[in-house]
Amino acid sequence: MTYVKPSFRHPELPKNDLGFTKKDYEGAISTLCGGCGHDSISGAITQACFEMAIAPHRLAKLSGIGCSSKTPTYFLGNSHGFNSVHGRMPSVATGANLANRDLIYMGVSGDGDTASIGMGQFVHAVRRNLNVVYIVMNNGCYGLTKGQDSATADVGSVSKNGINSFNAIDLPALALELGATFVARSFSGDRTQLIPLIKAAVSHHGFALIDVISPCVTFNNNTGSTKSYDYVREHITTADVVDYVPPGEEITMEYAEGSSAELTLHDGSMLQLHKLAPNWDPRDKLAAMQRIYLSRVNKEILTGLLYIDPDTQDLHDILNTVDKPLNELREEDLCPGSGALEEINRSLR
Amino acid sequence: MRSIAAVNDFVVRFANVNGTGSASANNMFAKAIFRMGLPFSAKNIFPSNIQGLPTWYEVRISEKGYLGRRDGIDLMVCVNPQSLPQDVKSVRSGGYFVYDSTKILHPEFVREDITYIGIPMMEICLREYTDPRLRQLFKNMIYVGALSMLLDMDFEVFKGIIADEFKKKEKLIAPNINAMELGRNYVKEHYECPIGLRMETRDLVGDSIVLDGNSACGLGAVYGGATVAAWYPITPSTSLVNAFEKYANRLRIDKETGKKKFAVVQAEDELAAIGVAIGANWNGARSFTATSGPGVSLMNEFLGLAYFAEIPVVLTDVQRSGPSTGMPTRTQQSDITLAAYASHGDSKHILIFPSNPKECFELQALSFDLADRLQTPILVMIDLDLGMNEHLSPPLKWDDNRKYDLGKVYDAEDLENMAQYGRYLDTDGDGITYRTIPGTHPTKGSFFTRGTSRDEYARYTEDGAVYVRNMNRLLKKWDTAKEIIPQPELYQDGNQHKEGVIFFGTTTYSALEALDLLKEEGIEMDAMRLLSFPFSKKVEDFVNGHERIYVIEQNRDAQMRSLLINELEVDPKKLIRILNFDGMPITAAYISEQILEKMVVEKVE
Repeated sequence: MTYVKPSFRHPELPKNDLGFTKKDYEGAISTLCGGCGHDSISGAITQACFEMAIAPHRLAKLSGIGCSSKTPTYFLGNSHGFNSVHGRMPSVATGANLANRDLIYMGVSGDGDTASIGMGQFVHAVRRNLNVVYIVMNNGCYGLTKGQDSATADVGSVSKNGINSFNAIDLPALALELGATFVARSFSGDRTQLIPLIKAAVSHHGFALIDVISPCVTFNNNTGSTKSYDYVREHITTADVVDYVPPGEEITMEYAEGSSAELTLHDGSMLQLHKLAPNWDPRDKLAAMQRIYLSRVNKEILTGLLYIDPDTQDLHDILNTVDKPLNELREEDLCPGSGALEEINRSLR
Repeated sequence: MRSIAAVNDFVVRFANVNGTGSASANNMFAKAIFRMGLPFSAKNIFPSNIQGLPTWYEVRISEKGYLGRRDGIDLMVCVNPQSLPQDVKSVRSGGYFVYDSTKILHPEFVREDITYIGIPMMEICLREYTDPRLRQLFKNMIYVGALSMLLDMDFEVFKGIIADEFKKKEKLIAPNINAMELGRNYVKEHYECPIGLRMETRDLVGDSIVLDGNSACGLGAVYGGATVAAWYPITPSTSLVNAFEKYANRLRIDKETGKKKFAVVQAEDELAAIGVAIGANWNGARSFTATSGPGVSLMNEFLGLAYFAEIPVVLTDVQRSGPSTGMPTRTQQSDITLAAYASHGDSKHILIFPSNPKECFELQALSFDLADRLQTPILVMIDLDLGMNEHLSPPLKWDDNRKYDLGKVYDAEDLENMAQYGRYLDTDGDGITYRTIPGTHPTKGSFFTRGTSRDEYARYTEDGAVYVRNMNRLLKKWDTAKEIIPQPELYQDGNQHKEGVIFFGTTTYSALEALDLLKEEGIEMDAMRLLSFPFSKKVEDFVNGHERIYVIEQNRDAQMRSLLINELEVDPKKLIRILNFDGMPITAAYISEQILEKMVVEKVE
């Protein structure tokens, strides 16, 4: 079975700076369960990319295996996609990024794909500060195999298998510890928060993690699950509100002094941060770690931009690769020729 | 006692302690043979540990140009008391045993049938040098110096090598020559020089070079246009990526900016290493990984993805002894079936088998063209012997007119002019479809790469008929591959014989020598050297054209024979196993003995 959307476009649809309509940023019809949080995230990605006027072909979307990893089919139909193997998206994204530093890379993963089988690759992608937007669609369970607990399920959370006895892996906390330069958490039901976070992550020069709590309506939306819609809505607390201002655009919003901060990202875009949590400064890593820990103790789901270092070196900077994408180099750039080889032959006699 | 007497045809083995700096002294000895114009082959025989345990270095000098390993030690240089008992035993009757006579040799180790040459190496060092490290290093130079006198080697050659070696540290030249002279003078005073083994200068190596296969592959990757190398360290492949990085740092730095036109990623494991390589290739950069058997095991899943999703990738497998950790520092050709059919489901892969450093260079470079043309993994299969040992090789050559063959890739203009792009449409009928590189065109040409079944337009489907169509197209591509991958080399004189021999990779040296040995016994047969899998028509014809074929390989289960039986549907009785899997390179004597034995068995039957 294939799912194809009609190609009809209403002529009056609003267009972005590139002349694309929002429909140009959509993908195939979702085959996920009705009400799945992942579809909301796909919608947020679509909206963010439309509003940012990203040329769809300049963004590559990569994923592993699982419900979340299916979603790249459902957004940005004009982008190249790569649905790789379970847990190994970070390495494929690393290779893709090394080949062409000029594209935008969006990695989509799930809690099984990232926190279990893919843990090894996730932590090393963070370590290398790979320039990628890494979205975890986190529902605390395995949907495709019908509801087993995942490694991000909270201890004491109830699933169809009973009460989870194991500690949860907190991906933002882990990413902070590993040196991630952009760490955010959000909720699939909070588009107002999620869309600017995605935009900021796209503009960030380095690894940008957005852990999105995304309830599984079929297998993990029951009373007692800490990843259910009801639980999240009851326990959510926001660290800050983010406004994203694209490069070169006049800043029209003003906030009372002391309650907001502005951050310029590498591409000239700007983040306006409005604090909700007391003493919140997402540039203060130690405070972020402390606050995340406190939230966990208090059984709060802390969302927002938790940490950012806007001035970082990504993998290409560290490896000192040329500015031209490696995939555009040809014989004349790459092959040292017969003369150099003759020199080498001489040195081997 | 009759001592062995030979000119330019004997085997010298050094027994050292791992980590004592003996490798450079031993290499110097080998290089001197080469510079005297004599063909040689050298083997490191080293344990899987860091230091302190025995390590051996074996050099065969062969005026006839035989480059395979030969059994039997004519001259042993024993500088390791720990291995002395076995070293004494390993010398052929009539051979020579050079040892450190600072301590008296225990009578238990005195054989009547060999000649002992004691040199008080440590005593000389203690007398001449105060620095403990110099004592250690120059001890090695003392025995090399002694050998140059015992074997009548041209000392000027050694001086030249030392001068080259220490070009940037000139003050070390004289002390090294001096240490050698200490050894020379000692044996000159105490023994009749030369001994029965001698080396005479010849002009037999022409413009050959001396290089190890891993370095040649690494350089081949530079010339072949690889820009991304991703790997995880594993013996014996580590030096391959090191060589790529070394040569790339030398040859691929942008002059204006000082930035690199390549990227090397030491991945967290083999799974990630091939993942990075696949991601880069998917995005249009030539990328490769290098590993050994255990790494290929881990890379299976990704190899299946690359096969099914049709992504180019180059993997060089430097094989070692398995299964499991096996003997990690010993050689074998035992990853063949693993590599050929890596991953679950119906998948099969193209294998390339270089035999010497020149081929390592050329075929590694060519593999990037093949991977791009065929949009599939290419596995370059070498082994520890070829990869880590230095080999005499024809010089490396590169045609400056050569253009990288990027295969079927649609660019923006192609896409602009087409109604609908289908990633998996077989428009040319050869099973190879057109890909697009991400970022090419704003509205056309994007597709979804996936390991799940899809239709010609890359759309997910579980329609059985579509799946079958796709799988059959992959077989068509497999058939196309047969004719464009490196073709086998045929060794045949005018008359076709009933019997044939098949070999590949490092068994080539000994196999060719074995054919000469058999000829001396009056047995002649045709031979074929395989350079790739799948098997082309030429291989099929060779197999069909002979009544019996001996398949020589270095593994227990006759893996290449299995591939021949499986892919060509040959009667298994026709293919006779000639196997060696003790971790050491196979020898010509062993091959010819085995063939003779198996012929006799048949006659008895």
